[in-house]
Amino acid sequence: MARDLVLSFETSCDETSVAVIENGNQILSNIVATQIKSHQRFGGVVPEVASRHHIEQITGCINDALKEADVTYDDLTSVAVTYGPGLVGALLIGVTAAKAVAWAHHLPLVPVNHLAGHIYAARLVEPIEFPAMALVVSGGHTELVYMPEENKFEIIGETRDDAAGEAYDKIGRVLGINYPAGKPVDELAHKGQDTFKFPRAMDSDDNFDFSFSGLKSAFINTVHHADQINETLSREDLAASFQQAVVDVLADKTDRALKEFPVKQLILAGGVAANKGLRERLTKNLAAFKDTKLELVPLSLCGDNAAMIGAAGEMLYRHGARADATLNADPGLEFDWLADEIK
Amino acid sequence: MKILAIDTSNKPLSVAVMDNDNLLAQTTLTTHRKHAEFLMPVIEDLVQKSDLLPTDLDRVVVADGPGSYTGIRMAVTAAKTIASTLGIELVTVSSLLNLALNIQKEDALINPIFDGRNQNMFTGLYRWNHGSIETVIADQHINLSNWLELIHNYGEQIVIIGDTDSFEKDMRTALHSQLVVGDSLDGIPSAAKLGQYGLTQAPIKDVDAVVPRYLRLTKAEADWKKLHPNEDTHDYVEKV
Repeated sequence: MARDLVLSFETSCDETSVAVIENGNQILSNIVATQIKSHQRFGGVVPEVASRHHIEQITGCINDALKEADVTYDDLTSVAVTYGPGLVGALLIGVTAAKAVAWAHHLPLVPVNHLAGHIYAARLVEPIEFPAMALVVSGGHTELVYMPEENKFEIIGETRDDAAGEAYDKIGRVLGINYPAGKPVDELAHKGQDTFKFPRAMDSDDNFDFSFSGLKSAFINTVHHADQINETLSREDLAASFQQAVVDVLADKTDRALKEFPVKQLILAGGVAANKGLRERLTKNLAAFKDTKLELVPLSLCGDNAAMIGAAGEMLYRHGARADATLNADPGLEFDWLADEIK
Repeated sequence: MKILAIDTSNKPLSVAVMDNDNLLAQTTLTTHRKHAEFLMPVIEDLVQKSDLLPTDLDRVVVADGPGSYTGIRMAVTAAKTIASTLGIELVTVSSLLNLALNIQKEDALINPIFDGRNQNMFTGLYRWNHGSIETVIADQHINLSNWLELIHNYGEQIVIIGDTDSFEKDMRTALHSQLVVGDSLDGIPSAAKLGQYGLTQAPIKDVDAVVPRYLRLTKAEADWKKLHPNEDTHDYVEKV
């Protein structure tokens, strides 16, 4: 059988990444140039700075990806690229480079939704079985996506304000932890107890939506109030209480979703999927769903990377997804909502 | 030598395909600023209408700034990726110099201007000398009054082109009859002239390292630099 090789691009935020994926599930190379150190100067991602770094890195990453995979342009089947959601100026570097490569080598161009990429990272470990559910949690997104079959994505719930990862970064700042705060807060949380009992917003509401802005405010108010009366609070307990509230809401809503939509697989994906507390909790909860297998995307593939875009790109290519040279970035790209009245 | 030349530094988009000095095809648009959507289709169209394949190209010439940050990134990303992926030469040319190429006058100074808002400009000063263009004052991002101090002592005519509207009145007050306002058509970049000029220039050695000529730090970086004047900025991006 001829090899199916996708050259994939991901530049939606602060990582420039190019990968070569074989048959949709095998990583031949996955070059990731991260800008975290640069943006840490500013306490978060500065879009113009991100765009400037992407253009520095892009062709070097392409060459490295081909070299590491030991393939040439002649071996490739298609080019896949993230065209949204994300930062428009950042997305445009990947989109323009991918279009240029596709044109220069007469290759089909496949547009990929960044979140589909996060979900399809799971198939780099084992095949996705449908119907499946994905909990996608990252710095920019928190949503439950129902997938009745391959290449169908239906949102059943999403955050109404901050994304979970965004809330981690904001409370991290209050604790003196620089962006990206997810991992250090997770580590602190494992050393503390949930003593503050922060609110679990929308936890008992009859829907699959999330809200983290109230939790963030409660956290900040608690710390400010203690500062005013010169009281020092345990950072470990603060982190543990915050994380417990986040994990409770994510896990409870996921439970509710799995009850309403029985699936063969639950995929935990996105940058926050690397959170140990969340992984432990979902693992525990899934014991109650005998017919549902939990697929935790490996830590190395939770953050933004082009391997996941190649994994989704190969699937989309089989389903006929194509873009021409007019492809533009779509910073607000979204999956459709499930087409019924569950809301 | 088959050349692809690209300028999307500001609102106009200009792309040309040349065979050495000969223009094969050119498109220049001023109606939209949709470079993300139009640039690659225009390149595809012109190369095809020149009866060439992408692999027939030998060199890409790009106007690499200054200009709109997104505009110069579109052109430079396309240019460096095409050069890198096809293994062909890349030449970068100042977008201001490319505009100056439109004024073929030996006895005057040429002052191309891009509006940098709030009385600031991206600008430089050029002149022709025996058929080749020379830089008199290097491209920079500068306030109008500081620029006038730099140029008012030259005795020659100064021809301004590009975004002249916001600056003409104040420049006239300072330079009087020395100031000549160029034709508005000369304020639109021509990729054919860019390609012709790029034919004479040495190609870039390290294509991967090419970045646009922004001539200005981002605000975040400028503020950071004020607080950390001696910091080495080279290792901010890491391959993991």
